[in-house]
Amino acid sequence: MVKKKIALIGNPNVGKSTLFNQLTGMHQHTGNWSGKTVGVAVGTYKDLEIYDLPGTYSLIPHSKEEEITSDFIINQDYDLALIICDATILERNLNLVLQTLEVTNNVILCLNMMDEVEKYGFKIDIEKLSRILHIKVVSMSAKRKEGIDDLITAINTFNSQKSFQVNYDDVIEDSINYLLPFVNSRFEAVKNIINLKSDNSKINDQLKIISSHFLSNNIKPLELVMNAIYRKCEDITNLVITKTKKFNRHKKIDKILTNKITGIPIMILMLMAILYISIQGANYPSDLLFNFFMWLKNIMNDFLLNICIPKCIVSLLIDGVYQVLTWVIAVMLPPMAIFFPLFTLLEDLGILPRIAFNLDGYFQKSNACGKQALTMCMGFGCNAVGVTNARIIDSPRERLLAILTNSFIPCNGRFPSLIAIISMFFVVKSNIFNSIINVLILTLGILLSIIITFIVNKILSITILRGMPSFFVLELPPYRKPQILKIILRSIFDRTLFVLGRAIIVAIPAGIIIWLCANIYINDSNIINIVSNFLNPFAKFIGLDGTILFAFILGFPANEIVIPIIMMSYLSTSTIIDVGNLSVMNDVLINNGWNIVTAICVIIFILFHFPCSTTMLTIKKETGSFKWTILSFILPLVIGIILCFIVSHIL
Amino acid sequence: MSLCDLKLQDKAIIKNINHSENIKRRLYDMGLTEGAIVKLILESPSKLIKGYLIRDSLIAIRNCDAEKILVSDIYG
Repeated sequence: MVKKKIALIGNPNVGKSTLFNQLTGMHQHTGNWSGKTVGVAVGTYKDLEIYDLPGTYSLIPHSKEEEITSDFIINQDYDLALIICDATILERNLNLVLQTLEVTNNVILCLNMMDEVEKYGFKIDIEKLSRILHIKVVSMSAKRKEGIDDLITAINTFNSQKSFQVNYDDVIEDSINYLLPFVNSRFEAVKNIINLKSDNSKINDQLKIISSHFLSNNIKPLELVMNAIYRKCEDITNLVITKTKKFNRHKKIDKILTNKITGIPIMILMLMAILYISIQGANYPSDLLFNFFMWLKNIMNDFLLNICIPKCIVSLLIDGVYQVLTWVIAVMLPPMAIFFPLFTLLEDLGILPRIAFNLDGYFQKSNACGKQALTMCMGFGCNAVGVTNARIIDSPRERLLAILTNSFIPCNGRFPSLIAIISMFFVVKSNIFNSIINVLILTLGILLSIIITFIVNKILSITILRGMPSFFVLELPPYRKPQILKIILRSIFDRTLFVLGRAIIVAIPAGIIIWLCANIYINDSNIINIVSNFLNPFAKFIGLDGTILFAFILGFPANEIVIPIIMMSYLSTSTIIDVGNLSVMNDVLINNGWNIVTAICVIIFILFHFPCSTTMLTIKKETGSFKWTILSFILPLVIGIILCFIVSHIL
Repeated sequence: MSLCDLKLQDKAIIKNINHSENIKRRLYDMGLTEGAIVKLILESPSKLIKGYLIRDSLIAIRNCDAEKILVSDIYG
């Protein structure tokens, strides 16, 4: 049986993905279509094949994601376009509906979030809307799973009929009719008239004529088309909506969250709370994982030796690969599994756009945009995720700034090292003061990261990324109740496992290299010692020592293992080890020449060295350029070296 | 007068958008067209970006961009 092909479209934040997931569940895969390599989620539900197209405001695109949707709707074959609207902002959503109706009559309109409409103090006459548009309109609430049956019935009983059409000004209508014989739909004609160029070579001559006519009569097609569409949106909305009570859409909470005095402190407190919960909450599961992996390690070790595998191979596999791999998992997984759901919670609540709104002014001054604050926050969880998240920034220049500076923000992998060093070297007698000083120094470190981010933004934007700050517009969606289960699933699958997967890929070779460095001896000293001695003069010059510097290099796959490698080197063990006790660790470090200046330099170098390999891979993938990937490596490294040099020579 | 001259709770009608075509597309996406009614309802701590109610949704626009959007006199 041939499956019905359904295109699912809608503005961002209308609950499109919620509906898609509810319909298709686990039956999803990423599909491509003719001539396009862009992946789009495709899912099946009974005899329906559903394409979840990227959220878009319009079929006249200005971003790559919107181009995907526009291209699909205008050029691809499908049986039905299913448009999801946020019923609480019907007027603006109708824009996409009217545009789609210009492409095809095979449209069903879903008014989502109908449960909220009443609360907002108005009613929508669904019947009337359906009569005006000549299409089936279904009322639903995807979150509450209401109206989905109606939708399925509507799809199964669908009959195509001539649907509503916008009447443009005569000059536009004439141009449309002029092009119509050569194109597939009215809207394809409209799109060509607005762009005044087309991939379709058949209409180039016609477009030239239209173009010169527009030019000589000072006609602006985009304006005429969009104003006509929106005028219709207004008319239709006025006909179908009746106010039932007065309602102030603008919530008081916005006044507090974006207030001059309370706004920013509240957001800093939220971030601190999330970080604190992730770090503290991760301790217990991390220990559990460690113990489990240790237990398994002994079993595997015995087993491999019993089946007569040579001792050095077993050591390579167990002490090298296994130890590093499980170490990374045990340290990395728990804090991320806590951090990302909490962060996604803020996202779902609608708080993230407010953070961008609050901070945009300050970012503007460094020629960047407010959304960079969000990628930085993500960076606290994992820099690779922060870099991926820079996709939310539309303009290429600001996006690149966010990508290049993301590793200045210490990620979950670096926090434990920072905290360990701070609590070892900045100890005072009283316990209460201790934790306050710990927090203060950590805060100072983060503040330094943020200041450097602003400075680098500014410097890059007036040098290699010259140009005025681009246009920035941000939608602040209403606060909505989050869906806890969805949040946990989405953040674990999309973010945590994504990072973990990449980390595992690099941890395996890293394990081998670290083991080889620790266990290959030349003239009584192992490679670690040889390289450390070689690096020592330079390292001393910037307040570190050769061992520390080499540990950072060996820790390139994951920052989590830098301190364990340092301990391994100082204690000459054959594998990375956990000393367990901070005071023992402190003694080892002091015996190896650490003092407070070393500690400060190491803290600085943890904040600014080079991004971990996972982040570098992600930067390469996101920018598609070696040049930017290399710059993202050099930038923090140079800053780290300079700062360490200054600190070690002043103190 | 321009959009950035509005005071909190002021309402006005968009008259003219003096932006490049590319930027206009994004403004149109947000429902900001010539003829649309806007109301200033939110200021950020720095006051360099403000939140306007446009066709029932809250849209934040920077002052430097709002400057080039001309509006009718305030009403209502």
